[in-house]
Amino acid sequence: MDNQVAKNKLSPSRRIANLLIHIMLAVLAVIWVLPIVWIVLTSFRAEAGAYTTTFLPQGYTLDNYIRLLTDRNVLNFPKMFTNTLIISIFSCVISTFFVLSVSYSLSRMRFGFRRPYMNLAMILGLFPGFMTMIAQYFILKAMGLTEGAAIRIGLIIVYCACAGLTFQISKGFFDTIPKSIDEAAFIDGATQWQVFTRITLPLSKPIVIYTVMTAFIAPWVDFIFAKVLCRANADQFTVAIGLWNMLQKEYIYQWYTCFAAGAVLISIPIAILFLYMQRFYVEGMSGAVKG
Amino acid sequence: MNEDRITVRNALKDGDLFTRLSAVFMGVGMLGHRQVVKGLLVFLFEVAFVLYMATTGVHNLGMLPSLGTEVQGKVWNEAKQIYEYSAGDNSQQLLLAGVITCFVIAGFAVLWILQMRHSYSLQKRIERGEEIPNLRRDIKNLFDGNLHITLMTLPCLGILVFNVVPLIYMISMAFTTYSKEGEHLILFDWDGVNQFVRVLNMNGNIGRQFWQVLAWTIVWAIFATFLNYILGMALAMVINRKDTKGKAFWRFCFVLSIAVPQFVTLMIMNIMLQPSGAINVLLQNLGLITEPIPFWTNATLARITIIVINLWVGIPYTMLQVTGILQNIPGELYEAARMDGAGPVKIFFKITLPYMLFVTTPYLITSFVGNINNFNVIYLLSGGGPTQVGDTAGQTDLLVTWLYKLTIDQQYYNLGAVIGIMTFVILTIVTLVTYRNSSSYKNEEAFM
Repeated sequence: MDNQVAKNKLSPSRRIANLLIHIMLAVLAVIWVLPIVWIVLTSFRAEAGAYTTTFLPQGYTLDNYIRLLTDRNVLNFPKMFTNTLIISIFSCVISTFFVLSVSYSLSRMRFGFRRPYMNLAMILGLFPGFMTMIAQYFILKAMGLTEGAAIRIGLIIVYCACAGLTFQISKGFFDTIPKSIDEAAFIDGATQWQVFTRITLPLSKPIVIYTVMTAFIAPWVDFIFAKVLCRANADQFTVAIGLWNMLQKEYIYQWYTCFAAGAVLISIPIAILFLYMQRFYVEGMSGAVKG
Repeated sequence: MNEDRITVRNALKDGDLFTRLSAVFMGVGMLGHRQVVKGLLVFLFEVAFVLYMATTGVHNLGMLPSLGTEVQGKVWNEAKQIYEYSAGDNSQQLLLAGVITCFVIAGFAVLWILQMRHSYSLQKRIERGEEIPNLRRDIKNLFDGNLHITLMTLPCLGILVFNVVPLIYMISMAFTTYSKEGEHLILFDWDGVNQFVRVLNMNGNIGRQFWQVLAWTIVWAIFATFLNYILGMALAMVINRKDTKGKAFWRFCFVLSIAVPQFVTLMIMNIMLQPSGAINVLLQNLGLITEPIPFWTNATLARITIIVINLWVGIPYTMLQVTGILQNIPGELYEAARMDGAGPVKIFFKITLPYMLFVTTPYLITSFVGNINNFNVIYLLSGGGPTQVGDTAGQTDLLVTWLYKLTIDQQYYNLGAVIGIMTFVILTIVTLVTYRNSSSYKNEEAFM
């Protein structure tokens, strides 16, 4: 209880230090939150155009949101939204399955290809991600997946195909689950498949949720692959390319405030998902560390 | 015991009729050793392979050394307003087909070896009077002892087709003349290591740009990684201090900025820092400056701006990751240190920092690699600019963004591939030196 007494009677120098630290934190917090506040304010700005002579908007309106959601001629935001949603649902299911399968195999099973696979994954991870982009495009073209609605399939493939290389976090988590649990199940006659689906996965809730969410968010925030695959097919644009396009020279004056509205609309669900997911990420990480 | 080992050599030497026959007719060894369905499947694979080689494979391989010679005809189509191409050789397609054919042959070779071994081991088991698993047992086993085969086949196939094959294809491009320079976009040839020489030659135009970009890439990666790490850790510790009030609130303020998609914040930052953007307007309205600050057009300023904005992006990430680990440091360590009379500074350097470094070395390496390959920050913030006249690389271009410009914008595919390979070489050196020595790699088995 000595600590409690000491806390109530802080020395003056300690009090000043505390005050300074809180002021510093407040300044930093303003710096970190300001751009976000600014973009939210911009999304309600009544004046058109990208640049204004005042930092804060002069008038406020909801028109930017209404236009963004109803204008289907130039940049069709609702269509982009559905495109991205479809792609992300499919790629989320497939890549979650890939990531968890590979992680379980590498963590729980021993086979000759295991070490080479992990080394290969490390080597492949060192190549710049989109060095392969051009070649992937040519391969997808040869498969006929670069025109019209097939672009969606192409994008799903691109997002999922290499999921098997991102096993590190979930493998690390699986590693911390005691092997004795598996062994007990094997003695009771369980198969590997049963151990995987009925024991390991239920015990790994944080990391499963984390994997699902990362996979779901990826198509919303990637724009390089989507840009190369979609090229000028405006019908197939994802949200990220759409927003990026709104800032290009030909659109920026007309669309800047709509861009802000779109950014806010997209950020809210992703931010909620992220804040929710972050808890599981920290749990997952500390699980892996404690072992 | 050497004679009993299951190898292809032994299979050929000691195999019975079926085993030896399967060297030519794959799967016969299994057919003859009571595994009919598997044998038939393997034999079907061989038939498919032979058909593939006969129809296109041999042709593909034959075109690989020359990469095609037939020049395309080009006719302007007035109605469609485009050039129409008459059929000629397309080196890019020929190269891709050649690479794929090589992979098919390699895959076939692996299958051949596996089936030789398998039929020899079946033969041995029959000789020893052991039971041969039937198809149902085999399938059942795919969900038990061989579960890894079931689980990993599709992911591996994906990696092979959409990562390994494209990579080999791009690497082979580095040794060709595939480039817009000299009009080699449709028909190109092997070029040896000329492009590598060009990139490494400090006196040439491309070489000068390469070394300049490389230097900036490394400076950037060091600043971005270590500043983020140190400042993020400092922030986490300040928030975690016992005396800090409202921990959750502060944490939320910082985490909010990473919850917003990165590409959105980066594009917003780009706009805010334009000459007539919000920051300049704010500073001018406050009367702090009279002329807008040229955040993106002055090379040095652009570099500093990028590093600072990257701090804005990166510090919360580090804070998040470090917070969990900081809370995991065993409390007894601190107690013991305080008992021994260690001050806060000493505790930090003797306990906190070593512990953090021990746990986060892999994270540091990943983030260093990530920063060298950090495409988004550069591309969305400065676009690599400002660019000097006559250069393809801007003053803030990293190797990756330059690679993007060289391939997508300029269509200098061979140069782009060389840059990609150089990036890989640099990263390999960095990683091999540090990663293989890190505790989490060495002790990977220790967790089990």
